[in-house]
Amino acid sequence: MLEIILERFNYIPIIILMMTGLYVVIATGNLVKRLVGLSLFQTSVFLLYITMGKVFGGQPPIIVGDYHGEDAGHGAEAAAGHGAEHGAGAADHAAEAAQHAAEIAYSNPLPHVLILTAIVVGVATLAVGLALVVRIREAYGTIEDDALNAADYSLETGSAE
Amino acid sequence: MDMLASLLPAGIAVHAPALIVVIPLIMAAVAALMPRGIFAWGVTLATAIAVAVLSLNILGQVSTGGVISYAMGGWLPPVGIELRVDMLNVPLLLLVGIVGLLCVIYALPSVADEIAKKQQSLFYSAFLVCFAGLLGVTITGDAFNVFVFLEISSISTYTIIAMGAGKDRRALTASYNYLVLGTIGATFFVIGVGFLYMATGTLNIADMAAVLEQNGHDRVTQAAFAFIVVGLGLKAAMFPLHVWLPNAYAFAPNFVTAFLASTATKVAFYALIRFVFSVFHPEVNFVAMSFTWLFAVVGVIAMMVASVQAVFQTDARRLLAYSSVAQVGYMMLGLGMGTAAGLSASMLHLMNHALMKGALFMALGAFALNFGVRRVKDLAGLGQTMPASSAAFTVASLSLVGVPLTVGFTSKWYLVTAALERGWWWAVAALMISSLLALAYVARLLSAIWMETPPAGKAGLAPARRLAPWMVLAPMSLLAFANIYFFFHADPLVGLARAAANAVMGGN
Repeated sequence: MLEIILERFNYIPIIILMMTGLYVVIATGNLVKRLVGLSLFQTSVFLLYITMGKVFGGQPPIIVGDYHGEDAGHGAEAAAGHGAEHGAGAADHAAEAAQHAAEIAYSNPLPHVLILTAIVVGVATLAVGLALVVRIREAYGTIEDDALNAADYSLETGSAE
Repeated sequence: MDMLASLLPAGIAVHAPALIVVIPLIMAAVAALMPRGIFAWGVTLATAIAVAVLSLNILGQVSTGGVISYAMGGWLPPVGIELRVDMLNVPLLLLVGIVGLLCVIYALPSVADEIAKKQQSLFYSAFLVCFAGLLGVTITGDAFNVFVFLEISSISTYTIIAMGAGKDRRALTASYNYLVLGTIGATFFVIGVGFLYMATGTLNIADMAAVLEQNGHDRVTQAAFAFIVVGLGLKAAMFPLHVWLPNAYAFAPNFVTAFLASTATKVAFYALIRFVFSVFHPEVNFVAMSFTWLFAVVGVIAMMVASVQAVFQTDARRLLAYSSVAQVGYMMLGLGMGTAAGLSASMLHLMNHALMKGALFMALGAFALNFGVRRVKDLAGLGQTMPASSAAFTVASLSLVGVPLTVGFTSKWYLVTAALERGWWWAVAALMISSLLALAYVARLLSAIWMETPPAGKAGLAPARRLAPWMVLAPMSLLAFANIYFFFHADPLVGLARAAANAVMGGN
């Protein structure tokens, strides 16, 4: 059991971050803190993707020296395919197989590219969220959930008359 | 169909799948630069027309030539990003394209009333981004791309919902809550896609399915399935995950509500179907289990609980929003049957529901435009003061109940038939009870509109008859008419729904 967990040590901080973020989103009544939790939650997913791309013994995926289109292509492909399996704990095998194919093992660059996109999405979400909080503060004069609910409730009962 | 396929010159038709996403995205930037709202609306209208034409053309191409696979930037799939159109997503493209066009026509008077003048150009720009995002989710064949487009549409949706703050500040909190829940949903989805990538080493949806079929399913793909269902379920307002929807629909600008109610949740639901049926196979054990014990059960609960909640709402738009949650329940029930008949009934209801809710929210928008009303009791006597809009509202709400001579009856008929085929008597009973509940909340609206006398005006006189602007009236009447027309000519929609189900189920 312990061995299984230690083999997947990279997931431990991810899970902790993820749960912390989600807990903050649910538990806090402050709108800005809730966005902080949301960002934390998203960041943990970035880490999940980035650890996915790691190949043990892998180099940065930059081709140096002579470029032989076909060979390098195979190498990258093999690294990409096996890099994914790394998550399941077959890293050594993957590195070996990749070495056979192209002598040099490369880390899988694809997850990094995906995460660049996801970071942009996260930043945009955070920006829109903060802009909304600013507007909420202008309209209500508070950013505490309870006070907002109370204000809306009085609005509802007030206008129902 | 040949006529549709030859609608555009071959040079453009080849690139139609890319253009349908790229045009709204670029035009969003153009609209933002427009000095006045009306010019931005012109840009939006031109874009919506182009998208509608392209979607019709794509329908023609797919029906005559089979599945379209468009390699983005010349990178062949599975390495490059693939845009893929088959019979499952063509109905969605048509829906977003054509209902989107009708909504845009409707937008001019509605937006002029609700959005501050200097914000109108930016509003249209955000709408176009949302439009592009929805089309992108529908057309892409790449799992991560689904996430990106989903977030493009969602983030712009948060902003245009918040624009309702001019009329009611609660739009801000509604939008904020949607933002938090929508982001959690999207993040769950992207975790699921990450697990799928770990298991398969590819992001192309078709390729994923092939690899999964070869390798079989393990714990990682099960986790991926759970994360993806929850994530997309949040976006599609699947029952326990629907809490963001009623307020967002109730306080957004009327045009936004009409557009979102008929397209956004539908597109998310499509994405759910795509993943559940195309990536995970419905015959795999845990997927089959989830059909019966998750989708069908939750669908039935949604039909009941959300309908009951709808009966007790005081805000007319919130009432219809709860009804939308219940209608998503119908679609989930159809999906949960796990048969081609069930899925095609589900797709049919998806299209029909867009027709109903589009007309209903447009009519409520027309009432709000002329009299500024939004609560159920304020609808009193509108049948006398705004007969045309009330008539459209009535047709669409009868369709919502499922009265014969309307499309609501057609799709419920197909749902019941599919349930009986599967031997699910309890589902039929649930459908009947839920329809009765729908009758209860629709009766509240209709009795207020037709039975009560209009409140007296300042001089003690009833307000005069007022006609909504034709730009409101025309798209609304067209949608209401479609509710009746497609009952008598059900073949086009039923054909599309059948073809969609066959495309993913592989049967006939």
